[in-house]
Amino acid sequence: MSASTIDPLDNVLEQPVDSKYVFRSKKGLNEDIIREISARKQEPSWMLEKRLASYDIFRKKPVPTWGPDLSALNFDEIIFYIRPEDYKAMKWEDVPDAIKKTYDALGIPEAEKKYLAGLVAQYESEAVYTNLKKAWDSKGVLFTDMDSAVKEHPDLVKEYFMTKCVPAADNKFAALHGAVWSGGSFVYVPKGVKVDIPLQTYFRMNTKSSGQFEHTLIIVEPGAEVHYIEGCTAPRYSVSSLHSAVVEIFVKDNARARYTTIQNWSTDVYNLNTKRAIVYENGIMEWVGGSMGSGVTMLYPASILRGKGARAEHLNIAFAGKGQYKDTGAKVILAAPDTSASIISKSISKDGGKSVYRGLVRIGSNATGAKAHVECQSLMLDDKSSVDTIPIIEQLTPQSSVGHEATVGKIDEEQLFYLMSRGISRDDAVALVVRGFIEPIAKELPMGYAVELNRLIQLEMKGA
Amino acid sequence: MSLLEIKNLHVEIEGKKIIKGLDLTINPYEVHALMGPNGSGKSTLSYTIMGHPKYKVTDGDILYNGESILNLGVDERARKGIFLGFQYPMEVSGVSVENFLRTAVEAKEKKDVPILAFHKALNKRVEAMSIPQSFLDRYLNEGFSGGEKKRNEILQMAVLLPKFAVLDEIDSGLDIDALRLVSEGINKLIKEDRLSLLLITHYQRILDYIKPQFVHIMVDGKVVKSGGYELAQQLDKMGYEWVKEE
Ligand SMILES: Nc1ncnc2c1ncn2[C@@H]1O[C@H](COP(=O)(O)OP(=O)(O)OP(=O)(O)O)[C@@H](O)[C@H]1O
Ligand SMILES: [Mg+2]
Repeated sequence: MSASTIDPLDNVLEQPVDSKYVFRSKKGLNEDIIREISARKQEPSWMLEKRLASYDIFRKKPVPTWGPDLSALNFDEIIFYIRPEDYKAMKWEDVPDAIKKTYDALGIPEAEKKYLAGLVAQYESEAVYTNLKKAWDSKGVLFTDMDSAVKEHPDLVKEYFMTKCVPAADNKFAALHGAVWSGGSFVYVPKGVKVDIPLQTYFRMNTKSSGQFEHTLIIVEPGAEVHYIEGCTAPRYSVSSLHSAVVEIFVKDNARARYTTIQNWSTDVYNLNTKRAIVYENGIMEWVGGSMGSGVTMLYPASILRGKGARAEHLNIAFAGKGQYKDTGAKVILAAPDTSASIISKSISKDGGKSVYRGLVRIGSNATGAKAHVECQSLMLDDKSSVDTIPIIEQLTPQSSVGHEATVGKIDEEQLFYLMSRGISRDDAVALVVRGFIEPIAKELPMGYAVELNRLIQLEMKGA
Repeated sequence: MSLLEIKNLHVEIEGKKIIKGLDLTINPYEVHALMGPNGSGKSTLSYTIMGHPKYKVTDGDILYNGESILNLGVDERARKGIFLGFQYPMEVSGVSVENFLRTAVEAKEKKDVPILAFHKALNKRVEAMSIPQSFLDRYLNEGFSGGEKKRNEILQMAVLLPKFAVLDEIDSGLDIDALRLVSEGINKLIKEDRLSLLLITHYQRILDYIKPQFVHIMVDGKVVKSGGYELAQQLDKMGYEWVKEE
């Protein structure tokens, strides 16, 4: 990565050799590393085979060229697996000041800071988690880290893990993920069980979650309901510059799932994810996402509406600041009658940041009575920034309806004048307008998240 | 010392001369009315006092408490106690009236304002002004009727308690009851908080509620005639032609 694109955070991997970092994990990828990952995790052989098969696909597939420029992404320079003992080699002093300042501004507790900064793999268990776990256990709800699930629930994992939702062959990064995945969550909600308290990864930061290639698998059986919340608003610092998570969600008949995430990786990171849900009859899938950090982000949560009457709702906020390229959007395949989808995407670009909405809505030939609505709005805070909208709509049956609205606008100087005439500084006025702009989505976030997001935006406006 | 002193003010917008040598002096605790035909430059004057970046002062000065404010930013002027009630208040989607007001008070006080305490104080305030509380949760001016927008301007003024306010056609778009309520609100601020006022209006009616000591008539970027309350009455009967002809 060139230095110009990663300001203000330097990629520690490119720091001179006299850096305090003594980093022992090998860069690059080969079969030995994959075998090592699997062995260290003491995985059953079927998982190792899956990894190796994925690696095979990864090598054969080209890097996608239809989106952001990924030519600077050098797989030989990336650390694919961080050994637990390597965490000990990293020190708080090595975390860039910019990140530390943001933690302080957000009022993040000491123990958590270290976890967020990637200094510790584990985070002290909270009493609240233990209590919640009891409640989940009694209802048969499974919520564990993905590594444990492989050993404890092999039948479920074998059936659903990168098989019918996101197979390794889906794209190069999914294949890479299949080879080197580590950590993430496994959620299983039995038939008819409604989990009323959102499941948050935050609750189980005590378990291993390297963050880099997390795999999340959520199975919601018929009539069940769950809300899963991933990540947190504080920036996460990482020694690796590539993140490629996979999320697979199964929403069975009459079930309902909501997946909420706010991602805020440090700005030297390529964040290339594959997130997808398959929704069966009358099921409801809701994606609520905010993408704050990262250098290059490619993220298009997908809903495949396979059952009659299935519904998908996508809410997305992308923020592109200096040196950032956000290529985000949504993909919805309406493949059954009376399915419906609503996509609302909002992007903000500032200081030369670029944000692109890329969306696909496909209404299949048998999806009579299907309805889809796409709304994307972009807000540019200055002349240096740019936005683009690439909405693709394929309507294969005329007995369906699609609506699309796109608005691109610069921040309204008259609005700022009005706010400033009440004594509000320009920076705060801009922050207020931006917060108002994302409010329709932010109000869908859990309380604490919305508050943190607002504070984060305020910090971004001040150029912190 | 006068509160606001405008001396030989010349203002241009996009190269077009709008205000052409305007003088106006307002002393503390005075109420002045400014009247004049459409397009004579009244709103331009109000924006210029507030510091709108598009309105360029090419000559003259504006003194506030004896000091020029021309080099101050919009927000700095506001924090010094200047307020502008807009002829056309802007809509800001997604920002609730309450949230906006708290942000403004925080800016004025230069410190965080506790959410709950502010919420209680604000509720009392709107109740006293006969404004429904649901108003506070609505997005700033979005979907507000013309009259509601104007009442919202007065609410903002009542919360921020400026020392000097320009109210630009605060009476237009108000029904008879709302005009009375708004006027009462303004009178309360004049009496209890010693607000000084420049009231821009086309109609004598509001001046029956809020009695100005001075009435000025602006034509083509200049004050062409000043007088007492009777000048407004005269205008109401005779229109502007006689002033222009003089
Ligand atoms: N942003 C602008 N761009 C171009 N011309 C402008 C702008 N703002 C004001 N003007 C012009 O300046 C002149 C004065 O306008 P202003 O709004 O100050 O009048 P006013 O006295 O407030 O009128 P009204 O009684 O109709 O509110 C008008 O000719 C108007 O067209
Ligand atoms: Mg006007």
